[in-house]
Amino acid sequence: MSDTAPSPSGTEPGSPRLSTDDVAKVAQLALLELSDDELNTFTGQLAAVLDLADELNQFDTDNVAPTAHPFGLFNVFREDVPVDEIEGGDRAAELRAEALAAGPDVEENQFKVPPALGEAP
Amino acid sequence: MSDRTSSPLPTAAALTTAVRSGERTAVSVAEEHLARIAAGDDEIHAFNTVMADQALAAAAAVDEKVAAGEDPGPLAGVPVALKDNMCTRGVATTCSSKILEDWVPPYDGAVVERLQAAGAVVMGKTNLDEFAMGSSTENSAFGPTLNPLDTSRVPGGSSGGSAAAVAAGFSAVSLGSDTGGSIRQPAALCGLVGVKPTYGAVSRYGLVAFASSLDQIGPFAHDVTDAAMVFDVIAGHDGRDSTSIPEQLPSMTEAVAASQAVGIDGLRVGIVTELSGRGLDAFEPEVVAAGAAAADALAAAGAKVDEVSIPTAVAGLSAYYMIAPAEASSNLARYDGVRYGLRQPGPNTASMMAASRTAGFGDEVKRRIMLGTYALSAGYYDAFYGKAQRIRTLMISEFDKVYEDFDVLISPTSPCVAFEFGAKADPLTMYYNDVCTIPANLTGHPAMSVPFGLGAHGMPVGVQIMAPAMQEADMFRTAAALETAAPALETQGASE
Repeated sequence: MSDTAPSPSGTEPGSPRLSTDDVAKVAQLALLELSDDELNTFTGQLAAVLDLADELNQFDTDNVAPTAHPFGLFNVFREDVPVDEIEGGDRAAELRAEALAAGPDVEENQFKVPPALGEAP
Repeated sequence: MSDRTSSPLPTAAALTTAVRSGERTAVSVAEEHLARIAAGDDEIHAFNTVMADQALAAAAAVDEKVAAGEDPGPLAGVPVALKDNMCTRGVATTCSSKILEDWVPPYDGAVVERLQAAGAVVMGKTNLDEFAMGSSTENSAFGPTLNPLDTSRVPGGSSGGSAAAVAAGFSAVSLGSDTGGSIRQPAALCGLVGVKPTYGAVSRYGLVAFASSLDQIGPFAHDVTDAAMVFDVIAGHDGRDSTSIPEQLPSMTEAVAASQAVGIDGLRVGIVTELSGRGLDAFEPEVVAAGAAAADALAAAGAKVDEVSIPTAVAGLSAYYMIAPAEASSNLARYDGVRYGLRQPGPNTASMMAASRTAGFGDEVKRRIMLGTYALSAGYYDAFYGKAQRIRTLMISEFDKVYEDFDVLISPTSPCVAFEFGAKADPLTMYYNDVCTIPANLTGHPAMSVPFGLGAHGMPVGVQIMAPAMQEADMFRTAAALETAAPALETQGASE
């Protein structure tokens, strides 16, 4: 059975499937900054994991539908009721204050960020 | 049941009986556990946060109800620990990540509400592999948790802190979350019972998301009865979780009692060939032997035991490492330094976000985010994520077909007993820990681990029981029978 089961020794790091350029692009998409050393290390490690996908190709899935959720749920809806009507008082304002309290930088009931375009002076 | 009279640790069932009858106060139970935490947790590091004041206040409230003659709840006075990815109002919820180190949730998770309503006393928040990504708790940003049975070894993970808390007597029971085995594997490595319920049986409202189609909350306990008591409290429909199952499950406490009373005569048990570990170097021989011995024990108890093949089970690990990182990369996109969590300065929004995420996430989390981003990216989606989703479909149909002929399936829980720190530094070697547990996450089916004897280095071995969706009662019945048949453990256990 050892020839069909996934094995940690059955893969080799540094697969040609993945280059450091690929990983640099993925890191940029994911908003992560990598040093050159990290880029090399991660590329080998990620390539080894991607090689696991070869295990999947022994199974024919041509006429198989994908599963995103184990029990195929449909949309679940509820009534949209203002929280003040449920809990009374000015609960909405309290919740807003609690949510804003977690913000690293808050001004006038809004989360504040550096400029989206250009750079801060 | 194994001999539990030699150990000083009481079960949750024994504790709540004593509290409800007035034989003991909940405050004295809480104080006793807080004293053990104070004496032992500097070394073990099961907890990120100990909630001493809140625990004593909750215990005092239970005692007031008992004194007033009111029902204090089915878990009255039972000390419970929560994995630190479950939201607790006013108490830091860190996911053992620097990016959430100072985050304090404004609300309680559904399981927290249910435990508190049942009279349980929350002792604190337990350590985990960062964002539940790992199998040893070595990936925590706040340092690893030690296995109380042998402190040179890991407790397993990702719910290692919750397992260690129970094994060390810091709490009688605890909750973990299980995305690929994160309850069952640490339960096996710490000699405990650990349960992953049917997907949707327990509300995920207030559980910080890792891989949303796989995550499920469940209990750790010293024995099957305690696990059933906690299960009965936390299971049930919740309108705030759109994946919550509306149907009501039967009482597992009653299923366990029935099994103990009338046995498992005629129960159909399948040994899954592909998960048995036979012929695989990565499986320790004692673990493979324990799986076979458990099957023999169930047959001796009256079960009808047969071997069965599930070919796609071998693809579980590979499919998981496409699907779980894909979902994680999407879920963890929310940590951007804008609304909560760590923010690092940057001259513009994009650089602030990148700096915050780079400083806030550890290496394993970065690996999975990048893996998922790649698997979902244009040109690769079909080959990786899409293919894995189709394998998931095949696996569900294969398991469903096998369950026409079997009530439950068994396998070892983990290929090995608790290993030493640093022994599995290579990510793929670490991932392989979950080879037996992952299929139940992909199918959504319930599964649990029960201690069954000792393996290498005198460390406990766990046997996994899997069952069809919503058929937890058969799983718990089997677990009770295995517990009765399990070899006595000298090194751990709990007493009545």
